[in-house]
Amino acid sequence: MDVVLLSRLQFAFTIMFHYIFPPLTIGLGVILAYLETRYYLTKKPIFAIACQFWTKIFVLNFAIGVSSGIVMEFQFGTNWATYSRFVGDVFGSALAAEGIFAFFLESGFLAIVAFGRDKVSAGLYLFSMYMVALGSIFSSIWIVVANSWQQTPAGHHIVEILRPSPLADGTTEMVPWVVDGIVQRRAEIVDFWAMIFNPSTVQRLSHVLLGCAAVGGFFVLSISAYYILKNKHLEFAKHSFKGALFFSLAASLGLAIGGHTQAQHVYKNQPAKLAAFEGHYTTGRADLNLIGWPNEREERIDYEVSIPGGLSFMVFDDLTFSKPVVGLDRFRPEDRPPLLIPFFSWRLMVGIGGVMIGLCVMGLFFSRNENISKNRPILWAFVFAIGFVMASNQSGWIAAEVGRQPWTVHPPVLWNDSVTDLVTAADGLYHYDETLGLRTSKSFSTAVSVAEAKTSLILFAILYAALTAVWIMVLDRKIRTGPEPLQAASDSGASGVAQAAIDRQHARLNMKENDQGGAS
Amino acid sequence: MSSELLCIIWFIILNVLLIGYAILDGFDLGVGILHPFVAQTDQERRLVMNSIGPLWDGNEVWLVTFGGALFAMFPNAYASIFSAFYLPFVLLLFALIFRAISLEFRSKRANPLWRNFWDILFFTGSTLAAFLFGVAVGAVMQGLKLSELGDYEGTLLDMLSGFSISVGLFTVALLAMHGSIYLYLKTEGDLQQRLFNWMKRTYYMFLALFVFVTLWSVFFVPASLQHFGEYPILWLVPVLNILAIANIPRALKKQKPFYAFINSCCVISALVFLFSAALFPDLLPASNNPALSINIYNAASSTLTQKIGLIIVAIGMPMVISYTILIYWTFRGKVELTESSY
Repeated sequence: MDVVLLSRLQFAFTIMFHYIFPPLTIGLGVILAYLETRYYLTKKPIFAIACQFWTKIFVLNFAIGVSSGIVMEFQFGTNWATYSRFVGDVFGSALAAEGIFAFFLESGFLAIVAFGRDKVSAGLYLFSMYMVALGSIFSSIWIVVANSWQQTPAGHHIVEILRPSPLADGTTEMVPWVVDGIVQRRAEIVDFWAMIFNPSTVQRLSHVLLGCAAVGGFFVLSISAYYILKNKHLEFAKHSFKGALFFSLAASLGLAIGGHTQAQHVYKNQPAKLAAFEGHYTTGRADLNLIGWPNEREERIDYEVSIPGGLSFMVFDDLTFSKPVVGLDRFRPEDRPPLLIPFFSWRLMVGIGGVMIGLCVMGLFFSRNENISKNRPILWAFVFAIGFVMASNQSGWIAAEVGRQPWTVHPPVLWNDSVTDLVTAADGLYHYDETLGLRTSKSFSTAVSVAEAKTSLILFAILYAALTAVWIMVLDRKIRTGPEPLQAASDSGASGVAQAAIDRQHARLNMKENDQGGAS
Repeated sequence: MSSELLCIIWFIILNVLLIGYAILDGFDLGVGILHPFVAQTDQERRLVMNSIGPLWDGNEVWLVTFGGALFAMFPNAYASIFSAFYLPFVLLLFALIFRAISLEFRSKRANPLWRNFWDILFFTGSTLAAFLFGVAVGAVMQGLKLSELGDYEGTLLDMLSGFSISVGLFTVALLAMHGSIYLYLKTEGDLQQRLFNWMKRTYYMFLALFVFVTLWSVFFVPASLQHFGEYPILWLVPVLNILAIANIPRALKKQKPFYAFINSCCVISALVFLFSAALFPDLLPASNNPALSINIYNAASSTLTQKIGLIIVAIGMPMVISYTILIYWTFRGKVELTESSY
C-alpha cells in the first residue's frame, strides 16, 4: 500500500467516525432549542424533564464530536500537504471562518447549557441553547462550503506561484516557481462570495442539514419507541415520539425532493460522478437502473432491473424518456471514478431515504387514536431505524466523495452550445484541463513514509473502536436510566450562609454519592 | 496595505491566537498534569476536573482557530509543519482526545477501577500534549531539513534532539505551575492548602528548567537572539519576563494568588513572543539551507485572502471575546460540585 491509499483510508475512516456525531448534535440541537422554548413559554415540567434528558445525551455526543473534529483539521496538513498548498488560499479561509464564527460560539455557550442551568437566568439559558444550535449549524455551513468548492470550484483562479529571483544588476524579479521542471500552481480567491455560493453550495448544504435533522428526529424516535415498548416514562415518550415523527417526516420528504434536483446539478457539473452513481456507461438514452452488479471489465451492469429511459427522465424531467445522457464512455479510464462504491452507496442512500418516508407515514397512520403502543413491530422498526438513517447519511457522503475521484479539486466541465454533450476531443473523449484541478494521487504529503501512515491508521482504528465501545456503553446506560424527575430546588444560598464553603462542597457531594456519585 | 505589511499583521495575529491558546488551555493542561498528585479523594478529583469542566472545550478552540488561520494565511507553512511533525501530531491528537473523553466519561460510573482508568488517561493526555507542544517548539527553533518544495526530509529521531526534549519538559513544568496557581484560585480548604506547596514545587521545577533551556538556547540555538542586536528594544521582553517570574513567589507570599496568576500569564506570553521573535520572519527554518526556509512572505496566501481574513477577524474577534468573558464570568469563583458537574 502506498501513502496515498493509506491516507485516503485514514481520512475516510476518521471522517466517517467523526460524522456519527455532528448530525446528532445538529439535529438534537434544533430539537432542544424547540423544547427549551416550549418550556420557557409554558413552564410545564414535562418540557424541563425532556430538556434535561436530551441535554445530557447532547453533551456526551458533542464532546466526542469536538475531539474527533480536530483530527480532521490536522489531517489536511499531516496527510495532504500538497493539497493544502494548492487550496489553502481558498479552502483555508472557510476553515478559519468556521473556527472564529462557529466553534467559539458553540463551545462557549455549550458550557452554559451543560453546566450553567442554575447559574444563569432562564432567558440567558434559552439564548445559550439557541447559540449552541446556531453554532453547530454554522460549522456545517463553512465545512460544506469548503467541500462544495472542491466539487464545483468557483470564485477563484489557478495561478503560477511566483518567487523572487536575483537579477544580474542585484535587484530581484518575480518569476514562476519551478521545482524539478514542474511549474508550481495554486488556487487563489478572486471573488469571495462566488466561492461561498459556488454552484453546489446551497443544494448540498440544505441536503446535509436535512440529513442532520432526520438523524436527530430518528434518534429521538428510537429512544421514545423503546420506552413505549418497555412501558416506561410513557408520558415523556409519547410526547417525544409524536413530535419527532412529524419532524422526521418533514426532513425525509425534504431530502427526497431536494435530492432529485441536486442529482440534476451533479450531472451538469460532474457528469462522470452521476454516471458512476447510476452505472451508466453508454452515452445516449439512459435507463434507470434499480438493482444490478456493475461489471467494470465489460462496461455494463449484470443482472440488471431497469426502467427504460428512466434516467433520461430523471436528469432532464423529460417526459419522452429519450434524451441522451452522457455516460462513462465519454471519459478516459484515468478520469473515471471507481464504480462499485459510488454505485452501491448511492443506492443505499436513496433506498433508505424511501424507507424513511414510508416508515414515518406508517407511524403517523398507526399513531391516530393514540394506539401506536399496541403496534409493536412498527415500534421495534423505529428503535432500529436510526442505524439505517445514519448509514444513509454516511453513504450519501461516500457517494459524493468517491464519485469526485480521481480529483480532490474537480476541474471544470465544458458542455457544447446546446448542452447535449461534452466538448470532446478528436478521439471522442472528454479531456479535462489538468492545470485547473488537482488529482488525489498528487495531493498527498511527500514527507510522510508508508510506515508512518500505517502506524497512524492502525492507532486510529484501535482508538476509535475503543471509543465507540465506551460511547455506546455510556449512551446505553443513559437511555436505560431514562429521564429523571426534576430535583427540588437546590439549597444554594440561604442554608449555606452559616457554613464554611468546604462543608457546602461536602454536603453537595454526599447528596450525590447516594445517587450515582457524579452526573449520570 | 502592502503585501509585506499584511504578512506581518497576520504573523502577529497568529501570535495572539497562540498566546491565547497557551494561556487558556495551558492551565487546563496544567490541571491535568497535577491531577493525580494534588487530588487524593474521589471528591477532590472531581473538584479538580470540574475546575476546568466548562472551560476546556472553548479554550481548545484557540488551537483549532490557530490551525485554521495558519492554513488560510500561510498554507505552505501549515502543509510543511503538519506533515513534518506527522507522528508527533498524531500523538498530540490522541492526547487531546484522551483529555476530552476522560473528562466526559469519568463520572459516568461509580466503579473505582473505571474512575482510576480515566484519571490516568486524563493525566497522560494532558502531560503528553504539553510535552509534544514543547518538543515541536524546540524542533522548529532548531530548524528542519527541508526539500525545495518545503517537505521535511529527516526522520522522527532527527527532531527529537536534546534541546527539543528539554523544551518539552520545560513546557510541562511551566504549565504545571500555571495550572497549580489556577487550581489554587478555584479551590478551598484542605485541597487549597496542599496546592500551596504544589505551587512552590512546580515553581522551582519551572525555574530550574527555565534557566537550563534559556542558557541552552542563548548559547547553542543561534536563532534565539538573532534580532536583538538590530532591535535592542527587544531586550525589554526577557527583562519583563524575568521580573514576572520573580513576581510569582512574591505574590504567593503576600497571599495574592490572582496576581501570581496574572504574572504566570505574562510569563507564558513573553515566552511565546520570544519564540516567534527567534523565528521571524521564518515560520519553519530550514536547517540544511537557509534559502529553503519557509517564511511569512514565501508561504503567504494572496493579498485578497489576507484582507478577507482581516475582515473575518474584525467581525469575529469582538464576538469571541465578549462571550468568552460571559462564560468566565458565569463560572467565576470557587468550583462547586452540582447536579450537572462531571
